[in-house]
Amino acid sequence: MAKPELKDAIAGLESGPETTPNGVATARGEAAAESHPTVAALRAQFGDAVLHHTVYSGDEHVVYIVPERSQELLSWLRHDPGQCFDLLKDVTAVDYGAGRPLELVYELWSVPRRVGLRVKVTLPLESLEADSVEPIWKTANWLEREVYDMFGIHFRGHPDLRRIMMPENYAEGHPLRKDFPLRGRFSRAEQTRRALSAPPEDNYTPDELAVALQEERPAVAGGEVADERSHAAASADLDPAAASPRPNTAADWSLGSSGSAAAGTQGATQ
Amino acid sequence: MSTKTVEYLVRRTPELGVDGRPVQLPLISGDLEPELHGEHMLINIGPQHPATHGVLRLVLELDGETVIKCTPHIGYLHSSFEKLGEYRTWNQVIPLTDRMDYLAPLIYNCAYAMAVEKLMGIEVTERCKIVRVICMELDRIFSHLLWIGTTAIDIGAFTVFLYTFQERERIYSLHEAFTGARITTSSTRIGGMMADLPPGWVEALRHFVDTLPRTLDETETLLTHNNLWVGRNRDIGIISGEDALDWGLTGPNLRASGVTYDVRKDKPYYDYDSYDFEVPIGEHGDCYDRYLVRMEEMRQSLRILDQAIRRLPGGPINVDDPRIILPGKTDLMADMESMIHHFKVVMEGVKAPAGESWYGVESSKGELGMYVVSDGGSKPVRWRVRGPSFINLSALPMMVEGHLLSDVIAINASIDIVLGEIDR
Repeated sequence: MAKPELKDAIAGLESGPETTPNGVATARGEAAAESHPTVAALRAQFGDAVLHHTVYSGDEHVVYIVPERSQELLSWLRHDPGQCFDLLKDVTAVDYGAGRPLELVYELWSVPRRVGLRVKVTLPLESLEADSVEPIWKTANWLEREVYDMFGIHFRGHPDLRRIMMPENYAEGHPLRKDFPLRGRFSRAEQTRRALSAPPEDNYTPDELAVALQEERPAVAGGEVADERSHAAASADLDPAAASPRPNTAADWSLGSSGSAAAGTQGATQ
Repeated sequence: MSTKTVEYLVRRTPELGVDGRPVQLPLISGDLEPELHGEHMLINIGPQHPATHGVLRLVLELDGETVIKCTPHIGYLHSSFEKLGEYRTWNQVIPLTDRMDYLAPLIYNCAYAMAVEKLMGIEVTERCKIVRVICMELDRIFSHLLWIGTTAIDIGAFTVFLYTFQERERIYSLHEAFTGARITTSSTRIGGMMADLPPGWVEALRHFVDTLPRTLDETETLLTHNNLWVGRNRDIGIISGEDALDWGLTGPNLRASGVTYDVRKDKPYYDYDSYDFEVPIGEHGDCYDRYLVRMEEMRQSLRILDQAIRRLPGGPINVDDPRIILPGKTDLMADMESMIHHFKVVMEGVKAPAGESWYGVESSKGELGMYVVSDGGSKPVRWRVRGPSFINLSALPMMVEGHLLSDVIAINASIDIVLGEIDR
C-alpha cells in the first residue's frame, strides 16, 4: 500500500537523516553555548596557542592547537593536577583529500575526573611533522607508529618510528592517504615480485639483526671483529636485489602501472 | 557422576593462605644451580603458532630462558578495513566490523552503529537499545569463554576448553537464530537492527542465562585453586595501575591492576547506569587477577542479561524514518513507491551530516573506540577503530621482559588479544 507520507520522505532522501533536537550534529562552528572548562583553562594558560574550539555530535568537544606547541600543551593536560588527562585513548589522523591539510587527532580521557577532550593539530601536506607524545603517554608509541605508517606523518623524538602494519620495505607510500589508490600503486605482478625477492633480513629490526648476527660472528672469516652494519651489508651482497636501496619516495611510485588503481581513487589530489 | 569426582579431588588440592589467596607451592625444592649467562639468542614465536592466538609474531631475545627483549611484529592479517570503509556507504561498512573481532562480533556491530547514529543524531528505539545491550553482554561472555578455554590450553589444562566451547556452541546457536550467521553476524543497521528477535529467542536466551553459571562454577573449580594454574599465573606479568594507564590498557587488563575504569560506568551509554551490576577490580595486576576479573565479569554480564530480558519492551525495533530504514519486503513487492524507496536507500546510501563522532564502548577486551568523520556524503571520510587488543598488545614487551620463555605464553594469553582487530 502506498503511504501518503512516503513520497515526501523519498523527496527528502537527498538531505540526509533528520536530526533529533538534542543532537546538535551540525557542521563545524565555534562552540558558543556550552564551553569546556579545560578549554577555558587551556586558553588562560597558553593564550594564542589554542586556535579554536568546536563541539561535534552534541557533546564532543574538540580543541585545535598550534602544531609547534602541541607537545607542551598535551604535557600540561597530562600533568597538571587540575586536568589529569591520564589516559590517551587514541592518536589518529584524518585526511580530507583534495589537498587539504591533515588533522592529527588526540583523544584524551581523565579517569579520576571522568572528562574527555579531543585535541587536534592541523598539519599542511608540505610539512607532515609533529612532536611525539610518547614521552608523555607510553601508549602513543604504537599509535604514532600506526599514524606514521598509514599517513606518513613524521613524529619528532619517537624512539622507534617504524612501520607497523605494512612491512618495513613497503615502497608504495601511505595507504590511508586519499591520494593512495585502493588497490595500491604497483601492479599485482610488481607487488608479488617485490614480496618474493625481499631478503629475510627485512623481517627483522636492526636491533634484532644485531643480536642474531652476533651469534654467527665466529663463522665470519678471519676472526675479524665485524660490526653489525658491515656484516649486514656483506650478507646483503649475496642478493643483488637486496643490496640496491629500496626507496620509499614518490619518485619510486611511477614503477607500477596505475591504470586500474587510479580508477578507484576517491578525491585524489594528483 | 564423573564430574562430581573431579570436583571433589580438585577442591582438596589447594590451600588458602592468610591473605585468602591460594598458596603457591614451589614446584621444586632444594638448592638451585646458579644461573649461567651466555650469548643472547634470538627466537621467533609465530606467526604460525597456536599459542599466539592468530598470526602474531614475537621475536624474543633470550639469555638462557630469560626474556631480555620482546618485539611483536604484526600486520600479517592487515587488510586495511579502514581504507575499505571509505569506499563503502555507512551501512555497507557493518560487515567489515564483525570481521575485526570475530570473537565478539556483535559488540563491534553495535559500536559502529552507535557511533554513526550519534553522528547522524538518531535516537534508536527503546527495544533496539535493550536488544543491543543483550547482544553486547552475550558477546562479552562469548569472548571471555573463548579466552578462558584457550588460555587454559596454553597453560596446559585441556578440560576447560571442552567445557567452555560447549557453552560457546550455545551462543553460536543464539547468533545463528538471530542473525543467520554464527560469526560474521552483521546484525545492526543504522537506526536499528537487521531484524527483530525471532520467536522463542528470548526463551532460549533465558535458558542459557539460567544454565551458564553451572559451567562457570565447574571452570572455577578446575582452575581457581588449582596448584598448577596458580603457579603458572600468580605474580606473572605484573603491571601496576599507573603503568597500565600509561600504556593505555583498558578493560579487564586495566581493572585487574586496580583501576576502576569501565566505560559502562564512567561514560554510560544505552542506560547502563540504570542496570544493577558490579565492576570487578583486581589488586595485583598479574595474570591470576586478570583471570579472576574475567570470570567475575561473565557473572556480572549474566546479571545484566537477566535484567535486560526482564525489561525488554515490545514495539518497533527500527526508528521510524524512511530515509534511513528500508521498507518492508511485503511493501517492496506490492507497490512502486516502496520499490523506489528501497532503491534510493540502497543505491545512494544514507547521508550523514558533516561532523564527526568518537564513540567509546566497553568491549570484551577493553575500550573499543569508533571514530567516524563525515563531510556530508553517504560514505565516511574516515572510519577509525581504536582496537583495544592493539593497545593491549603494545604493552606486552614491557610485561614479559625478565620473565621466562614459558611465561611469555601465559602473559600473552592473559591479555586476551585477537589478531583480526590488531591488524585490521
